Amino acid sequence: MSGGVTTEMKFHVLAVDDSIIDRKLIERLLKTSSYQVTVMESGVKALEYLGLLDDEKSNTKSHSNSTTWNQNEIQVNMIITDYCMPGITGYDLLRKIKESTVLKDIPVVIMSSENVPSRINSCLEHGAEDFFLKPVQQSDVNKLRPHLMREKEKGKENQFNSINKRKPIEECLSPDRTRIRFNNDLVA
Amino acid sequence: MEIVGQLQKQYVEFSTSLYREGFLDEQFIQLQKLQDESNPDFVVEVVSIFFEDSEKLINDLATAIQQQVVDFKQVDAHVHQFKGSSSSIGANRVKNMCIALRSFCDEKNLDGCLRCLQQVKHEYFLVKNKLETLFRGISHLKENIDSFFSFLIHHFFRRKK
Repeated sequence: MSGGVTTEMKFHVLAVDDSIIDRKLIERLLKTSSYQVTVMESGVKALEYLGLLDDEKSNTKSHSNSTTWNQNEIQVNMIITDYCMPGITGYDLLRKIKESTVLKDIPVVIMSSENVPSRINSCLEHGAEDFFLKPVQQSDVNKLRPHLMREKEKGKENQFNSINKRKPIEECLSPDRTRIRFNNDLVA
Repeated sequence: MEIVGQLQKQYVEFSTSLYREGFLDEQFIQLQKLQDESNPDFVVEVVSIFFEDSEKLINDLATAIQQQVVDFKQVDAHVHQFKGSSSSIGANRVKNMCIALRSFCDEKNLDGCLRCLQQVKHEYFLVKNKLETLFRGISHLKENIDSFFSFLIHHFFRRKK
């Protein structure tokens, strides 16, 4: 479509942090980069939003009819989360996302105020795309775009491969993935 | 109008001193960069949240430290939060004092914690005062700039006719 409907073409980032100030900051940083942002104040709320809370008991079941598809209106392209949070930590959140068949391909970035190499390595080993030291800066947020573009590329490939197979899933995904999104709207 | 020049000079001198004396650091500059026409009050908003949040944290800290049996882990959790928020807005001296307080917590040094908490409070109220002065200076400057521009526009249109 020429002209471009910018709202649906924006990358949607879910930001999770228990600090109200850091939530405000990360939200502003992400919006400055033209991302659509949803902020959550805890790991539990994030899991709920992503539809993963119910999955704890049914990790091995097929997800075609599970609660995650009720969340099909929510499309998250990236998750950025604080490490130190009460209850479910950023690390726990990372693990749960990577263990989910539905959500494991969503890039996850961890933020922390503490520079602990073992912590950083552990997160990266368990699938985190990147690790930002707080306070997070614009230059850090600028690093996110390649991760998002790469996933979008993969998404297009997968769609071409499965276009004749899983029709129900395609119906859910098509609003996001039928069009080629390399367009100037997404350039910061 | 000379007053604008004077106010500007005062503001710049005051603002520079805050960095020089370590009250604020680079992160405060980053905050200001996030403010624009679409978010014209961003800095004041974030700093206001910081003030509210900090005063609550200080109360929680005071309560935790005054317990019969002090739970140093709890104290540390509050300090960690305070260190984080002060670092996020660039309140450098508050942040450093929080780091010192965490050391005392690690050592389970109650006396050290009590003394250091007083210093944390002191630094917090100092920077709060400085920031409020800074914001007053900005709005004073703005008012004068606005009236200066009104004067210019009025003068310009009068002359055109």
